[in-house]
Amino acid sequence: MRIITVFIAMVSGLAILAAYFLKGLFPVLGALQSQLLNAAILLAGVAALSGIFNLLSVHAGKVRRGEKGGIYSALLVVSLFITFVLGLILRPGHEAMQVVVMGIILPAEAALMGVLTISLLYAAIRLLRHRADVTGIFFLLTVVIILFGSATLPMIGSIPLFGDFSRWWSQVWALGGMRGILIGVALGTLVTGLRVLFGADRPYGG
Amino acid sequence: MMNFIELIVLAVGALLLGVIALWKRKSPAKLREIPALARLSRLLGLSVEDGTRLHISLGSGNLLDMRGGSALAGLAMLRHIAERTSVSDAPPVASAGDPLLGMLSQDTLQAGYKAAGAAELYSPSTGRVAGLSPLGYAAGAMHISTNENVSANIMLGHFGSEVALLADAAERGSTAVIGASDNLTGQAVLFASAQEALVGEEVFAAGAYLGVGASHAASLTLQDLFRWLIILLLLGGAAAKLLTSMGIL
Repeated sequence: MRIITVFIAMVSGLAILAAYFLKGLFPVLGALQSQLLNAAILLAGVAALSGIFNLLSVHAGKVRRGEKGGIYSALLVVSLFITFVLGLILRPGHEAMQVVVMGIILPAEAALMGVLTISLLYAAIRLLRHRADVTGIFFLLTVVIILFGSATLPMIGSIPLFGDFSRWWSQVWALGGMRGILIGVALGTLVTGLRVLFGADRPYGG
Repeated sequence: MMNFIELIVLAVGALLLGVIALWKRKSPAKLREIPALARLSRLLGLSVEDGTRLHISLGSGNLLDMRGGSALAGLAMLRHIAERTSVSDAPPVASAGDPLLGMLSQDTLQAGYKAAGAAELYSPSTGRVAGLSPLGYAAGAMHISTNENVSANIMLGHFGSEVALLADAAERGSTAVIGASDNLTGQAVLFASAQEALVGEEVFAAGAYLGVGASHAASLTLQDLFRWLIILLLLGGAAAKLLTSMGIL
């Protein structure tokens, strides 16, 4: 069974990859690629449903066992059930469903964004507690330079010359570092993909 | 023409990966020390000894697009962690912000338990989908570290700025935080808020450092080879441009 799983994964992956390069020469590869990708999208849709059931079962279990924070889990289960049933009956485009999205989900996410701002500020303040080294100091210095470079101060406006310095700092040093990191991430992604493609890594339990 | 070059790069990469993996089996790799990964290795042992739980956050990377790379790296690490800590009193919990990733985390955990010979101890509730949007995922996962006797949060996957919420919750629960993301914003936030952060391609190095297999060590060597090639190409390109502008070329 394990060998069959690995075989199916490798052949599907190689067929999709081959189609990217060779579908001009072999049109059958293009058709196969679109069939496989459609199947993957369909499976991803089913996985979303399975993910919701997983969320439901974990939180229902918390309520049943009376775990700490169980009240929030109960709230989640009830809300999920009501929204799911309403969505099935009324369809997602219905006005009541829009109220759920615009009146509950969006404000809740906006509130989380607000909390996130405070968390980020707090993280910046305690940065030197975690990392009192050259990298930490440069990181904080860059944040301050870019923040003041883009800010307009009351009575003064933009700080003379500082805006140009900030732009130079972000366009040369920060952007250079960013590109270096992105090249590293791209190489890592490429090599991880190759490992999965040739079955060295099997995240599907094979 | 570009397609042809890409195909050649992939073919050469695959060939080199195979050859280097065979070579690494005979002579193990010597790796520079990365403090975050050294600490991760210690935390695995500590969690088994003191009966606390590890929370592995896999982020909200979608496996059907380019964000899937770091999620796959996270799954490889999860498999190893499950294998090493499956017999602990409090088994590890994995959370994901994408349904496909959640399913794979369950499958990976189960495979880890089987490999450790403790298949009967596996519980499907240890692989969870905590939310379906990045912020929803953060809101769902931040309670795991504070409510479930977690001693360390290991975040490896695709995270954006929402990871600050997770790191903050873990910090308030006095749990260790090791974080890595393939996203630049996520990396910057983790650098500021996590006790140990992995930067850039270090997110893909965890497997090699934890001794997952020769293919992981080979990946690092291959990345280094490609990196040197890119450096040489960039320097060559800059030199050629300079010489052209001076009228020499």
